[in-house]
Amino acid sequence: MIGLYAVAGLAIGISYVVDSKKTVEGLKKGWKKFSKSLPEYLKLLILISIVLLISEDYIIKYLGQENIFLGLMSSLLLGSITMMPGFIAYPLAKILIAKGVSYMVVAGFVTSLMLVGVVTYPLEKKYFGKKATVLRNIMSFGVAAGIALLMGIFYREVHLL
Amino acid sequence: MKLKKYKKTINLIVFISFLIFSVVSLVTGYDLGIRIWDNFLVFAKDMVLILPPAFALIGLFDVWAKRDKVEKHLGNTNNPMRFIWSILLASTTVGGTFVAFPLANALHHKGAKYSSILTYITASSLFMIPMTIMEASMLGLKFTLIRLLGSLPFIIGGAIVLGHYLEKSQYKLPDILE
Repeated sequence: MIGLYAVAGLAIGISYVVDSKKTVEGLKKGWKKFSKSLPEYLKLLILISIVLLISEDYIIKYLGQENIFLGLMSSLLLGSITMMPGFIAYPLAKILIAKGVSYMVVAGFVTSLMLVGVVTYPLEKKYFGKKATVLRNIMSFGVAAGIALLMGIFYREVHLL
Repeated sequence: MKLKKYKKTINLIVFISFLIFSVVSLVTGYDLGIRIWDNFLVFAKDMVLILPPAFALIGLFDVWAKRDKVEKHLGNTNNPMRFIWSILLASTTVGGTFVAFPLANALHHKGAKYSSILTYITASSLFMIPMTIMEASMLGLKFTLIRLLGSLPFIIGGAIVLGHYLEKSQYKLPDILE
């Protein structure tokens, strides 16, 4: 959190030195976007507060299971079929980790959530056609699994040997 | 315009009824309501702290990164740099895949290769700056760095394989007339 403020402060400082007018314009833009999306954030916060209460045990039962690969499979499938914006997914991911779910499984959930869109299929089909959409989603599922495994290796949750 | 006004009213109704529900729960000691309120507070606290610097960064990014310049680099080129440009363009796309799909379609009709636009699409869900900022604040910088750097070979590799296949089978993207 402190890091985020440090980065933001530094970025504003450098940007201001280089071009003060552009910086003010950028901050104004940021503020505009912020105030525009604030109601959406609030609404979704309310929603997730309610949904999480109902589905928390269920999610943890499937994602936090003993066999980490079964957990990963569940998280990839769950991430593929559900859809939620990042600012909802990340607080949820944070809670999952706090509840003892592995980083690998959380990464599988978060990446497949973003990459694989079963729900967005009709939209994607409109722009890419059937074949490319199906293939892209299959490829994305593989990419998500790859990233998750990498995460498991880096966090020493999976051992290669 | 009318629809917008309508939406504002609905939002207001949602917020107010949630507030009333929470206050009533707190007063009467309704367990479920109190737990929902506690959940809400935990999330709200995070959001209030994270959003202002995050949006400051997003705004700055917006004025400094000129999208049309990046789009130019994505044209009909074989230069390996096009993968870098695809990812740069993706990270500046606000709105995620909903914006990325139509833009990728348009780029393709302007001559961008399949592997470029596939890289762009995949990266647009993984490299979005606002989300990355959010992620690093929530799950730690280590998680974000592994995810970003680790996904590069998968993204580009997958895009090349799939792009090659689509080009070979002379696949055509649907024409979108706006």
